[in-house]
Amino acid sequence: MTQMKPQIPDVTNPLVLGIETSCDETGVGIVRGRTLLANTVSSSMDEHVRFGGVIPEIASRAHLEAFVPTLQQALETAGVTLEEVDAIAVTAGPGLAGALMVGVSAAKALALATGKPLYAINHLVAHVSVGLLERDGSDVAAELITDDGDLVPGLGAVLVSGGHTEILRVGDLADDVQLLGATIDDAAGEAYDKVARLLELSYPGGPAIDHAARGGDPAAFKFPRGLSNAKYMGTVESPGKHRYDFSFSGLKTAVARVVEAYEAAGETVPVAEIAASFQESVVDVITRKAVLAATENNITTLLLGGGVAANSRLRELLAERCAAHGIRLVVPPLSLCTDNGAMVAALGARLVSRGVGASSLEFTADPGLPVTAVSVP
Amino acid sequence: MLLLCLDSSAAASVAVVDTTEQQPQILARWETQDTRSHAEVLTPAVEQVMAEAWVTAQELNGVLVGTGPGPFTGLRAGLATARTLGFAWGLPVHGMCSLDAVANDVAALPDSERPTEFVVATDARRREVYSAVYRTERDGGEAIHAVLVSGPSVGPAAELPDLPAYGRGAGLYAQDLPQAVLMPVPGAVQENAPTEWQPNAASLGLAAAGVVNSGGELSTKTSPLYLRESDAKVPGPRKKATA
Ligand SMILES: [Zn+2]
Repeated sequence: MTQMKPQIPDVTNPLVLGIETSCDETGVGIVRGRTLLANTVSSSMDEHVRFGGVIPEIASRAHLEAFVPTLQQALETAGVTLEEVDAIAVTAGPGLAGALMVGVSAAKALALATGKPLYAINHLVAHVSVGLLERDGSDVAAELITDDGDLVPGLGAVLVSGGHTEILRVGDLADDVQLLGATIDDAAGEAYDKVARLLELSYPGGPAIDHAARGGDPAAFKFPRGLSNAKYMGTVESPGKHRYDFSFSGLKTAVARVVEAYEAAGETVPVAEIAASFQESVVDVITRKAVLAATENNITTLLLGGGVAANSRLRELLAERCAAHGIRLVVPPLSLCTDNGAMVAALGARLVSRGVGASSLEFTADPGLPVTAVSVP
Repeated sequence: MLLLCLDSSAAASVAVVDTTEQQPQILARWETQDTRSHAEVLTPAVEQVMAEAWVTAQELNGVLVGTGPGPFTGLRAGLATARTLGFAWGLPVHGMCSLDAVANDVAALPDSERPTEFVVATDARRREVYSAVYRTERDGGEAIHAVLVSGPSVGPAAELPDLPAYGRGAGLYAQDLPQAVLMPVPGAVQENAPTEWQPNAASLGLAAAGVVNSGGELSTKTSPLYLRESDAKVPGPRKKATA
């Protein structure tokens, strides 16, 4: 019955279905409360290889074809029916406009067809929410919830992917998230892709450079650390405009100059040395600023999310620097760090538990949705 | 049979159509001319149109969706909506070329105004049109149908065959189309000039009724008629940073 108003879901352990289509992964995840039941992802990554980066139109076409089969598979994996679901959650932004539109259209249709409430939620906050999940009775990452159901105090997150690079302070997943820093140009993952192309390595660039960098000397070349000089950093008392922000476009140009200099001289490009030095620059600036932001904002638990969490050097250096500053580092399993529907469902379930109102079926996808908007009314 | 019909190939529209042989009819319809808000408006429109038609999901026999051609993002909003509704309701989802909706309106013109062969054109942007050629044909009984002759395709309006031309695309490039039908036709389904006609869900539903009632079957293919590749180019040799 379409005229029926959605029922108020079971707020203690809501069964929530989450939909994610903001970039090149079509994800449908299902959770019951904090328990992960299904995390089905269909990626169009292979179709982007020959372009060396995500092509929005190709990603959008793939989302349309993958959506219903992914949904069907997630329901099968979780062993639940659409009728049993208490609420539906979908990424409303930030992300690629055309890609978001596919998931949002489908989610609205699903909400109408099932009569369930719909939550239009923030992709970045969802990346953090994945840390709440439990699988087979234990936390997927580490305790982020206290015994009385609150989020641990002093939570922050550093999100690094092909689409975004951010530092967040998370007071409450439902209504208190603050953006401390972000990239002002390329995302870190994008810089990896571009440099991989310069070095004639494969796509995606993250794993390719990580691999090529092994055995290379990370100090062989002194590549720039974007937005790291005094002018941008300022001091604790008088912070600069970009104290916690990132920039990777200058780094990419610096790598290009080095590669071209070798080519002009007719010499072999030292791929391992350049890859290692480039990676060290990216990872150094991300971990340095993340730890700085954490110590200056009373963040004592830092969650690492996004696809670049797979990078071995990033994990290593972040762990080292967090340990040195007494910060607890939490890294969810990689399948939950990359874009997926389970993180969307996890945030949806949290919002339902907190009694946050559902979104209207008229809401608009927002490619630039700010983190302060955890959900869209 | 009762069909929930959606089209988002140009403007967005939703209708409930009863295809019954005696008198196919539109039970309720909704349209917007806004071409940039399909993902926002389609599902609320489905809810509204079904309520107006006093039809529940259980009473529907299927979902019909226009598969384009049309601008990609808007087109996908309709397809994602239709496919998901069909999946959740356990209903078959049928696809039909959106230009068939305009062709159906042409076939429904009064005898004196109806061409035997004609072209339907919609706006493909970039100075091109989406188009298809149809002819009108009487079935065993009294009903007149539009039958596809060629297309759909995309290209400059100037390359279309010299035939009476209908649809917004014909209006945009009337200077290239000597037989563009510019004046409103008394007795037509749509009151505005035929060079303003856009595909809409109600006409699409009536076109589907024509197919079913003349013994045909509706397609279950809902692949979008993009007709153009994505613009993405495989990167060539890299540009010099030091140029
Ligand atoms: Zn992401």
